[in-house]
Amino acid sequence: MTDFLLELRSEEIPARMQAGARAELEKLFRAQLSAAGLEAGDLTIWSTPRRLALIAKGLPEATAAVSEELKGPRSSAPPQALEGFLRKTGLTQDQLEDRDGVYFAVIDKPGRATAEVLAEAIPAIVRGFAWPKSMRWGKASASSESLRWVRPLSGIVAIFGEELVPCEVSGIAAGFATRGHRFHCPGEITIGSASDYAEKLRACHVIVDHEERQAIVRDGAAKAAADAGLTLVADEGLVIENAGLTEWPVPLLGRFDEAFLEVPPEVIQLTARVNQKYFVVNGADGKLANGFVCTANIDAKDGGAEIVAGNRKVLAARLSDARFFWEQDQKKTLAQHAEKLANITFHEKLGTVADKVERVAKLAEWLASEGIVPNCDPALARQAAELAKADLVTEMVGEFPELQGLMGGYYARAEGLPDAIADAIRDHYKPVGQGDDVPTAPVAVAVALADKLDTLRSFFAINEKPTGSKDPFALRRAALGVIRTLTENGLRFAVAEGDLLDFFADRLKVQQREAGVRHDLIDAVFVLGGEDDLVRLLARVKALQAFMATEDGTNLLAGYKRAANILKQAGEVSGTAAATPPTDADAALLAALDVAEPAASAAVAEERFTEAMAALASLRAPIDAFFEGVMVNDPDEAVRAYRLGLLARFTGAVHGVADFSKIEG
Amino acid sequence: MTLARRCAKGGGNCCTCERWRKMADAAEKAPLSFQDMILTLHEYWAARGCAILQPYDMRVGAGTFHPATTLRSLGPEPWNVAYVQPSRRPTDGRYGENPNRLQHYYQYQVILKPSPADLQEQYLGSLAAIGIDPLLHDIRFVEDDWESPTLGAWGLGWEVWCDGMEVTQFTYFQQMGGFDCKPVAGELTYGLERLAMYIQNVDNVYDLRFSDAVGDVAAVSYGDVFLENERQFSKWNFEVADTDSLFAGFKAAEAECQRAIAANVPLAAYDQAIEASHLFNLLQARGVISVQERANYMARVRDLAKGSCKAWIDSQSERWTAKYPGWTL
Repeated sequence: MTDFLLELRSEEIPARMQAGARAELEKLFRAQLSAAGLEAGDLTIWSTPRRLALIAKGLPEATAAVSEELKGPRSSAPPQALEGFLRKTGLTQDQLEDRDGVYFAVIDKPGRATAEVLAEAIPAIVRGFAWPKSMRWGKASASSESLRWVRPLSGIVAIFGEELVPCEVSGIAAGFATRGHRFHCPGEITIGSASDYAEKLRACHVIVDHEERQAIVRDGAAKAAADAGLTLVADEGLVIENAGLTEWPVPLLGRFDEAFLEVPPEVIQLTARVNQKYFVVNGADGKLANGFVCTANIDAKDGGAEIVAGNRKVLAARLSDARFFWEQDQKKTLAQHAEKLANITFHEKLGTVADKVERVAKLAEWLASEGIVPNCDPALARQAAELAKADLVTEMVGEFPELQGLMGGYYARAEGLPDAIADAIRDHYKPVGQGDDVPTAPVAVAVALADKLDTLRSFFAINEKPTGSKDPFALRRAALGVIRTLTENGLRFAVAEGDLLDFFADRLKVQQREAGVRHDLIDAVFVLGGEDDLVRLLARVKALQAFMATEDGTNLLAGYKRAANILKQAGEVSGTAAATPPTDADAALLAALDVAEPAASAAVAEERFTEAMAALASLRAPIDAFFEGVMVNDPDEAVRAYRLGLLARFTGAVHGVADFSKIEG
Repeated sequence: MTLARRCAKGGGNCCTCERWRKMADAAEKAPLSFQDMILTLHEYWAARGCAILQPYDMRVGAGTFHPATTLRSLGPEPWNVAYVQPSRRPTDGRYGENPNRLQHYYQYQVILKPSPADLQEQYLGSLAAIGIDPLLHDIRFVEDDWESPTLGAWGLGWEVWCDGMEVTQFTYFQQMGGFDCKPVAGELTYGLERLAMYIQNVDNVYDLRFSDAVGDVAAVSYGDVFLENERQFSKWNFEVADTDSLFAGFKAAEAECQRAIAANVPLAAYDQAIEASHLFNLLQARGVISVQERANYMARVRDLAKGSCKAWIDSQSERWTAKYPGWTL
């Protein structure tokens, strides 16, 4: 058993692509080995900005010999069939075995040296590697067929045991030599085997294990902050990114001018994170403090003083810009900013953003004045909606689109608008993701609902509906936002009709599945039709689900299915039904129906769904007894017709609550 | 010293090496002036076989617009040049009041075709030459894919960070004017003012030392040279420029570009594409191009640039294929 080391060295691989590249390398390596009849076993895969490395432990020296048997044509088949088979197998007729009139070819494949397999696998892996974006480079790129890689590939190390695996890709021959840290150890270093690879690199200022580098960034940044009496704002995305940008990460704490803290903390954090890949820190009061942690890629001669000074300057310039935007934007009121929305197209068939804003304002005002959003001042709802999109034309949101809403909220407060308006502007995009909060303050709810409903209604009106994986206007997310806002706030109204209502039903099923609500039960209620109040719909579905979990529920369902089957098979009922119940069992079911039917429909009408279920439950014993005691298809047509009538009434009563035919089980 | 070792003339005793050594040593003691930084880069790249060109004599938004980059990155012929290109971005003007933003600034542009295997090392050598010690400063290659919608061009590469500041755009051109670059050229674009501010450790671009004092002649600052320009051009770009004549100029350039393409003089056509691109930038600064129109204007400029590139290829391809058998578009 022998270990194998592969290193593919290149110019800097984008940090965001490294995890995918590790997975791709593993996938391709396993596929290559398995095609040769080798099991790759335990793999270690590492990445740095300048290399991908793979170590396969305990590979056999050679693949096992295999004997392959191929079934050929019958010996009586026309000669062309035999010729074809001989061509395919590369054998002559006397090498075939004739078994009961059928030719068989037995091909013995001897084992191959693993090194040989690897020598073929490496170029195949490199050529077959799928990068999100790849490029050509150098002299070879004069031809269209030249090798593509994420950035220029500069070297290959391939060692099986202590032997070189000789191979070449596009003029790059595998060898023992790699390079250490770009600045600390720029020369060549020679690797002996998989076992000394990581340590030799470490001696040359390269930590090849990305998880180790991540730990250094994570812990080092936290420590740098703690040493200054500050708390790091943890950010795992930044940890991974900084580890993907460095071979020798050194977290360093810097400070920026406290005066910048007048800019909203979200802006500072975003500037630091997105533009500079810095962590931010909190002070003892839990508020953002004037510090940052950057991650250098060297052990600087001066301990990092110059690096920190340089980074501080860059951050200061960024924060100056942010402060400039912050001040500049406040020279106009939101209402003045909003005037510019008339110049921005929302969608070519749906007018400008200003047009949309007016629709949303009207709808928000209506939601408030109708009391659909309770305790909501219609005038405030309208004003908030009119200003909600104004920040889209501010400098700050132009620079940081992800701050939309948030900045509008800050600017609204700064110009002295009521908190209800500022909060509504800030929160009206919510809920953005699955884990995001739903707005609960009345004005925010009105604007959030109106904005999303307008988007949905408008795009459905011009027939721009999501199809398959395509949802360019994020309508699924908008519908989900509406559903959550309605259901979590218990808001009642006819949310939509037609296609859009069906779309809501689909989204509701997806959304409720996670909450453990059965989609078939949603269908069972939804197909009854006429239900456009999602809160009522869900209450009914939940009562139904609770009922279906009881013994009464499952038995009633069984009874229902039996009844429905009989009715289906009966087809058109001929003959006149008997005027009175033919037996006691018939009479008992009739009596039960006479009580349960009106009770269930009254309960449904008054939205007492649990009671509606209880009314249905009262039918369970009589229906069971009915099936037990009588034969529906009585030879007497009048009796049969009577009983079919009873069953139709029974299924009808059940349908008054939910369409049980949609329920699975 | 790594610089000397790579000297094209070898031996490390030539006058260029001498001059370098002096410059690099001096750079470590006293940071280079703006002009010395340029001179050092000229020497450095000249020693690596680059022809040192002069700026293109038209108003352009970036060094990439110089035909020595745009047109010459097409086709099979090797091409190694370096030059300074004054670049104009009207919307970045701040009336001389912002310490970092200018409507007119300088880019140092290097094109090496085909891209050499040691391009990164050569580039890092140039940073060392102007006084940046990579064991004192954190130099990083951060993903940044370059795309120029108006040139129909894209490439992969990085922005190079020095202590968190972007100092260079480093790109392997993949396409220009919609055509594959065969072979690929490596492009280095240094932001000279930023780099100088970094090296000289000044916070305001106007405080940069443009040249050093010599004898009785006083040093000149960047502000001495350009502050008034920024004030006047910001005003003209944003407030004064006559939009009717800018619109008319755009149309005229567009028409002339197409005429020149038809007449098979692609270099002249490309000049008009550059002109149209700059007039479009000015119109944007004047705030008279709506969001909807913007994409349309950009597409028109792109068509001119692509048309010029195509005409350039058409005019040269016979020669190219004769000289490089097997080369295809």
